[in-house]
Amino acid sequence: MLGLGILSGLLIVPLCGAAFILTLGDETEAVKRNARWAALITTIVTFLLSLAAWARFDIASPSFQLVETHSWLAETIKFKLGVDGFSMPLILLTTFLMPFCIGASWRSIDVRVKEYFVAFLVLETTMIGVFQALDLVLFYLFFEAGLIPMFLIIGIWGGKRRIYASFKFFLYTLLGSVLMLLAIMAMYWEAGTTDIPTLLTHRFPVEMQTWLWLAFFASFAVKMPMWPVHTWLPDAHVEAPTAGSVILAGILLKMGGYGFIRISLPMLPDASAYFANFVFALSVVAIIFTSLTAMMQTDIKKLIAYSSVAHMGFVTLGLFTLNEQGIQGALFLMISHGIVSGALFLCVGVVYDRMHTREISAYGGLVKRMPLYAAAMMVFTMANVGLPGTSGFVGEFLAMMGAFKANPMVAFFSVFGIILSAGYALWLYARVIYGKLEKPNLQGILDLDLREKIIIAPLVALTIWYGVHPAPILDTFAPSTEALMVNMKTALSNTQAAERAVAGKAEVAAR
Amino acid sequence: MITHLHSVMPSIGPLLPEIILSVGVLVLILYGAFRGDRSVEGVNVGALILLILTFFVVVSGHGKVVTLSGSFISDNFSRIMKALILIGSAATILLSRDYFQRQRIDRFEYPVLIVLCTIGMMVMASANDLIALYLGLELQSLAAYVIAAFNRDDVKSTEAGLKYFVLGALSSGMLLYGASLVYGFTGTVSFPGIVTALNGEPAGFGIVLGIVFVAAGVCFKLAAVPFHMWTPDVYEGSPTPVTAFFASAPKMAAMAMTVRVFIGAFPDVTAIWQQIIVFVAIASMALGSFAAIGQTNIKRLLAYSSIGNVGYALIGLAAGSEEGIRGVVIYMIIYLAMTLGAFAVLLALRRKNQMFETIGDLSGLSRTHPWLAFSLAAMMFSLAGIPPLAGFFAKFYVFAAAIKAGLVTLAVIGVVTSVVGAFYYLRLVKVMYFDEPQAPYEPMAPGLRIVLGLSSAVVVLFFLAPAPLVAAAGAAAKSLF
Repeated sequence: MLGLGILSGLLIVPLCGAAFILTLGDETEAVKRNARWAALITTIVTFLLSLAAWARFDIASPSFQLVETHSWLAETIKFKLGVDGFSMPLILLTTFLMPFCIGASWRSIDVRVKEYFVAFLVLETTMIGVFQALDLVLFYLFFEAGLIPMFLIIGIWGGKRRIYASFKFFLYTLLGSVLMLLAIMAMYWEAGTTDIPTLLTHRFPVEMQTWLWLAFFASFAVKMPMWPVHTWLPDAHVEAPTAGSVILAGILLKMGGYGFIRISLPMLPDASAYFANFVFALSVVAIIFTSLTAMMQTDIKKLIAYSSVAHMGFVTLGLFTLNEQGIQGALFLMISHGIVSGALFLCVGVVYDRMHTREISAYGGLVKRMPLYAAAMMVFTMANVGLPGTSGFVGEFLAMMGAFKANPMVAFFSVFGIILSAGYALWLYARVIYGKLEKPNLQGILDLDLREKIIIAPLVALTIWYGVHPAPILDTFAPSTEALMVNMKTALSNTQAAERAVAGKAEVAAR
Repeated sequence: MITHLHSVMPSIGPLLPEIILSVGVLVLILYGAFRGDRSVEGVNVGALILLILTFFVVVSGHGKVVTLSGSFISDNFSRIMKALILIGSAATILLSRDYFQRQRIDRFEYPVLIVLCTIGMMVMASANDLIALYLGLELQSLAAYVIAAFNRDDVKSTEAGLKYFVLGALSSGMLLYGASLVYGFTGTVSFPGIVTALNGEPAGFGIVLGIVFVAAGVCFKLAAVPFHMWTPDVYEGSPTPVTAFFASAPKMAAMAMTVRVFIGAFPDVTAIWQQIIVFVAIASMALGSFAAIGQTNIKRLLAYSSIGNVGYALIGLAAGSEEGIRGVVIYMIIYLAMTLGAFAVLLALRRKNQMFETIGDLSGLSRTHPWLAFSLAAMMFSLAGIPPLAGFFAKFYVFAAAIKAGLVTLAVIGVVTSVVGAFYYLRLVKVMYFDEPQAPYEPMAPGLRIVLGLSSAVVVLFFLAPAPLVAAAGAAAKSLF
C-alpha cells in the first residue's frame, strides 16, 4: 500500500480526521458535537498508533528505527522519516497530550468549532513531523508549518490582545527560523545532502560550524525560548485558549530543545563546545531573571509562562554541559515539563472556564469549595518546584549534576532558580487556593466535574509515577545519549589533535 | 535541390506555436470585425482554445533548435517560459469574462489583444538576438498599453494606460540605446556572437554602459526597483482582470527576457552585471516589503508584493549559475499560481455589480465564504514563504542557489525582508479570519472558480509531488548553460 509505514500513518491520521471534520456541514449543535467527537477519536487513534510504534521500537538501539524513505524533492532531499531514542518519547508526549487538549476545549470553545479542531489536528501532524523528520528540509517544513495553525488558534480563539500576540508569535519565530533555513542550505552544498543520518557522520569545517551553529541557534533559541528572545511566549500564552497554551508549553517549546539535540550538538560539536559558556550565561540569566519576573506577575498564565522560560533555561543548561548526566536531565526535564506545565495550564483553564478571569487577585480560598482541584494543583505545583518524588525533580537534579561537573559556578547560580521557583509557585498556590474564601462570586464555584477529572487524573498519576520511577524515560534516551557522547568526544579530540598538529608544524617552521 | 531550398527557406518548425497563434488571431480579428459585438462570446472561446492548443504544441516540443538565421531559439527554457505565459494568458481570459460583461466593456478586441500580447511575449522568451528581443518586447508592450486603458470611460484606467505607455516607451528607448551600444562595441546583435566577441577580452567601458542601459530597460519591464514607480498606479488603475494579466504573463516574459540577455549574451562578464542585479534584488525586496505595509487597496498591495517577488526571483539570476536559473524558473511557476489565485479571489469580491478592493472588504471572509478565505489565506502564507505551501519551495531554490554562489549577505537580507513581508500578508489573513464578518458576496463566476481551484491546488499540494516541476525547471536551466 504505497509503502507507507507506521510513521507516515502518524502524520496521515490527524490529517484524515481534519479532512473529515471539514466535510461536516454548517455550524449546528449536532455538527459541533460531531466535530468534537471526531477530533477526540482521531487523537486517541493517533495515540494508540504511536503506542504501536513504541511497541516496535527497540530501546536498546541508538540507531534510527522504523525508517521510511519516499522520493521527494531530489535524490539528495528525500521524504525520510524515522525515530530514535531522542524523538520517540517526544512523539509519545505529543500524541499523549493531544486528547487532553481536545478534552479541555470541549466546552470552552463554542464558536467556529469545526475550524478549531481542524487547526488542532493539522498542528498535531506538524508537531509529530518535526520529531520524525530525518531530512533537514523536511524538518524545517514541519517546524515552520506549525506556525500557521498556531497563529490561527491564538488569533481566532484567543483573548483580548490576541491579534498582537499572534503576530508577535508568528513573526518572532519566523525571523529565527529563516536563518536556520540558510544554514540548512549551506550544509546541503557542503555535504551534498540533507539526510540527517548522513549529516550526523559528516564533519563540517570548524570555521563553518561557528556560522551554522549561530544560525541554528537563532531559530532554536527563539523557539525554546531563551532569554532575551523569550518575550513572545508570555504574550502568546496569556492570549491563547487553554489547549493552545498546553500545546505551546508542552510541545512547541520542546522543538527548540529537540533541535539542539538533533542538529546543533551532534552535527556541530566543535561549535557547541565553543559556545557552551555563552549558552550557560544565557541560561543562568534566564533561570534567575525570569523566575524573578514570574514572582511579580498578577496573571496566573503569565506566571506559568515565565516559569516555563526558567525551566527551559535548565534544559539548555543541561544540554550544553555536554556530559551524559546533563543531557539526560535536560531531556527528562523536557518530557516532565511537557506534562507538568501542560497540566498547570489545564488547571488554569478549569478556573478560567468558571470565572473568566486569570487575575490572581480574583481568586483565594478555593480549597474550601474545590478540594479535588486543590489537591491536583498541589501535585503540579510541587512538580513545577522540583520537589523530590515528582517528575520535576529528576530532570532538574540531573541537569544540575551535569552542570556541576561542567562548571560549578554555573551550577551554583542556577540553584537560585530552584529556590526562586519554590517562591513563585508556592506563593501562587497560596494566593489562589488558600486564604479566606471571601470573594462573593467564588462562593458558588464548583469542583472538578467528570470531564475534568478524567483529564486531570492521568496527568497527576504520570507526574508522580515518573517522579518515583523515571527509568522508562531515561532508559529510552540513554542509548542515543551515549552514542551522541561517544561521537562528540571523538569529534572534539580529533579537532584538538588537528589543532595540535598545526601548532606543531608552525613550531617546526619557526625553528 | 533540397539543400538549396533549406538555405533559402528557414526551418519554421520551431516557430509553429507562434505561427498558430498569429494565424489564429487574424481569424479572430476578421470574425470579430464582421460580426461586431455579437462575436464577443465566440472570440473569447476561440482565443481560449487557441491558447490551450498552442500550450500543447509548446510542451510537445523538444531539443534545442535555432532558426531564422540564428535570431530565434527554441529550447527547454523557452518552452517552459512559453507554457507559463500561455497559462497566464488563458487564465486571464477566464478571469476577465464575467467582469467585463458586468462592467459593460465587453468587446471582442480584448481577447485579441491578449493573444497579440502573448505572441510578443513568446518571441521575447525565444529571442536569440537583440533585434528579435526588441521586436517581441514592443509587440507585447503595445498590446499591453491598450488593454491597460481598456475601460476607456474610466479616468483611472485611461490614466493607467497613458502612464504605462509614456514610461514604457522611455524604458524601451533605454533598452534600445543599450542594445545599440552593445552592438557598436561588439559588432553583432546575436547573443552567441556577443559571447564570442567578449571572449577573453576585458569588457570595455562601452560594453559596461550598454549593459547598464539594457539592465535599466529590463528592470522596467520586470517592475524592479528603481524602475518600479509605474507599477502601483497601473495596477490600481487598470481593470482588475487586466491587473491580473500584468502581474502574471508579462512578468514571465520579462523574466525570460532578462535571463536570456544576461545568461545568453553576457555569461562571461558576470562580474559587471551581477552587482547590478544584486542591488536591484535587494532594493526590490526591501521596497516590496516595507512599502506594502501601509497599503489599504489590495491591488496596490499586490503591486508591491509583485515588486518584492521579482526581487526574490532575481536572487537566482544574481547567482548566475545553473542552480540559480533553475530557482528562477521554479519561482516563476509558483509565483504565477499564487498571483492568479490571489486575483481570482479579488475578482470574487462583488456585490450587486460593485467591486470591492480594499483590505477592509475582506473582513470576516472566513465566516461568509470559508473556501474563498481558505484559498486566499493559502496564497498569502505561500507568498510569505511558509512551508509546506508552494511559495516556500520557490524561495528555497533561489536562496539555495545564492548560498552556493557565496552570496550569503544577499540571502540573509532576502530572508529578513521576507519576514517583513510576512507581516502584511498575515494582515490579510488576520482581516479574513479574526475580524467580524460583513454581508456575503455574490457567488463566484465559473471562470474564477476554475482558476482559483487550479491555483490553490498547485499552492497547497505542491509539496506532495514537487519532483516533476523541479526536474522540468532543472532541464530548462540546463539548456542555457
